[in-house]
Amino acid sequence: MDLKTLTYIVVGATFALYLGIAFWARAGSTGEFYVAGGGIHPIANGMATGADWMSAASFISMAGLIAYNGYGASLFLMGWTGGYVLLAMLLAPYLRKFGKFTVPEFIGDRFYSNTARIVAVICLILASITYVIGQMKGVGVAFSRFLEVDYDTGLYIGMALVFFYATLGGMKGITYTQIAQYVVLIFAYTIPAMFISMNLTGNPLPQLGLGSTMADGSGMTLLAKLNLVVTELGFKEYTTQTMAGRFDMFVYTMSLMIGTAGLPHVIVRFFTVPKVSDARSSAGWALVFIAILYTTAPAVGAMARLNLHATIQTGEIGSPEGNLSYEARPQWFKNWEKTGLLKFEDKNGDGRIQYYNDANPEMAKKAEAFGWKGNEMVKVDRDIIVLANPEIAKLPHWVIALVAAGGLAAALSTAAGLLLAISSAISHDLLKGVFMKGISEKSELRAGRISMAGAIVVAGYLGLNPPGFAAGTVAIAFGLAGASIFPALMLGIFYKRMNKEGAIAGMIAGISVTMLYVFQHKGILFIKGTEFLGDLGPNWFLGIQPNAFGAIGALVNFGVAIMVAKMTTEPPQHIQDLVESIRTPRGAGGATH
Amino acid sequence: MQPRPAQRTYWQRNTRLTAALLCVWFASTFVAGYFADELNHFTLFNFPFGFYLFAQGSLLIYLIIIGIYVSYMNRLDRDWVRESAPGEPRTRFPASGE
Repeated sequence: MDLKTLTYIVVGATFALYLGIAFWARAGSTGEFYVAGGGIHPIANGMATGADWMSAASFISMAGLIAYNGYGASLFLMGWTGGYVLLAMLLAPYLRKFGKFTVPEFIGDRFYSNTARIVAVICLILASITYVIGQMKGVGVAFSRFLEVDYDTGLYIGMALVFFYATLGGMKGITYTQIAQYVVLIFAYTIPAMFISMNLTGNPLPQLGLGSTMADGSGMTLLAKLNLVVTELGFKEYTTQTMAGRFDMFVYTMSLMIGTAGLPHVIVRFFTVPKVSDARSSAGWALVFIAILYTTAPAVGAMARLNLHATIQTGEIGSPEGNLSYEARPQWFKNWEKTGLLKFEDKNGDGRIQYYNDANPEMAKKAEAFGWKGNEMVKVDRDIIVLANPEIAKLPHWVIALVAAGGLAAALSTAAGLLLAISSAISHDLLKGVFMKGISEKSELRAGRISMAGAIVVAGYLGLNPPGFAAGTVAIAFGLAGASIFPALMLGIFYKRMNKEGAIAGMIAGISVTMLYVFQHKGILFIKGTEFLGDLGPNWFLGIQPNAFGAIGALVNFGVAIMVAKMTTEPPQHIQDLVESIRTPRGAGGATH
Repeated sequence: MQPRPAQRTYWQRNTRLTAALLCVWFASTFVAGYFADELNHFTLFNFPFGFYLFAQGSLLIYLIIIGIYVSYMNRLDRDWVRESAPGEPRTRFPASGE
């Protein structure tokens, strides 16, 4: 069977599964719509959290980031996982004990103020919208590459699918489809990695293969071999190269961690388990399921890099026959050339491909002696690493079809989770909480479905007409969540004296400082030409890049909040009692409100 | 309402454990990340140690941290129920309701 038919069958089957689940898990009450009725088993919730959390960026881009940045990519790997430690110990159990439906609801009740609640809704929507645009784009791109439909059609199919299961089932539908999506994406990720690890090292477990000896008889370990191959071509040594200064890396990692802990679509997942103790263990399970992919990624990255260089540099460096002739390039090379993500330019006209680091002066001098006239692989998009992997390793067609279904599952599951966070903030926090307090449960459920539909349309529109800044904004979404929501939650739980004045001032200060810093270097609302300082190292405050500024924003938030709280009256007694009750484990009932 | 003594002990133990585990978290991520070059002089399972922490080690440490926290807190929860309400049966918390 040809690849295209097979891909349609596999992807179609997964879609039928998601729709079937959605129909079975219809939401009948607001409790089911917002928190899946609060009866999700912690392991199931951990799995759903894994799919919710791992987006198209984790599935498609991360291994590529690691392949090109080596050790330097550690900041993403650690930043995106270390946040779960914060979630498990500092937020999830307490917010579960509080037992309501949304993050802004906690902030509104704890700081006894509708203003605080509205500020939290604004912060939530800012962070979630910037994030969801990237996911919608991921859906469109995945469809267009795998199913060979155009980008817009792909996006419409994705929107229709999410529309069906998210409006029908709310959190309940999303939870069960996310579990199915996790299973699809984890198989899609690990199966090709196992084949490749087996080929290179003889060890089928990629995590072990990364530390094993090569199976080519050279007796070298895979990492030593990779270091040798890349340094001979003038690239930086794989296991030690870094992306930024040590301090910048430190702040960046911290921003991603607190952003992870502060992103509302992840936090709200811990409202769906029955008990406080389940919220704790569920965070642990989520990390177990995430770790399966995140420990595979470094192996995929390293092996793909090795395979790529081995394909092109077939013989000794500098010998006339040492490089792959362009005519003899493999089929996957041709396929990816068609997409424009891989580009070759025969600079020295010898009909062979030279791929090396021409920016390294020492290497450039050596290359000149060989008659090389610059790096000829003018474009190798890092996103193709995961997608091309099965083809590079010559795996059967069903594996390639599975990777397509996996990429789609990753993008769809995250988009649905984000859309639910946005729509519940609108229907539960703004309508029910502030503007239409007397609304009946039935009307609120309807309002929830309508705002979900609205959020999908807005996200779809932004996906069709992505603002110029869409690509680089995922990290900024983390910065915004980390600088506004995370500190407010922390202070609400751990600092009994924190009052509404402090919390509101802190959130506004934190998110403003972060946004201003980003705007100052990237343009106001990301419009080119309006930045008043160039986006260059010397202009950065203490050398911190704009994407990494969330941690500083959070510090400002903490500082301002504590200062203002000290100067104003302490919170009323019933709020202090509320904090006391959040801190004790007894009597965490269902999420009923 | 002033917190009862049992409540205070519970909270104190909880925050102490949390602080200790956060120190481990910080050391394994930031201190180890800062000194990665120095750590690379050691090897573990054929990996340079600093690189291993990035590829797998820190994630395993995070999992262990959460595991310790979960099991310790579950025990603390049970003790707390016993101490704060001695007359009640020694069961885990009911699945729902106050």
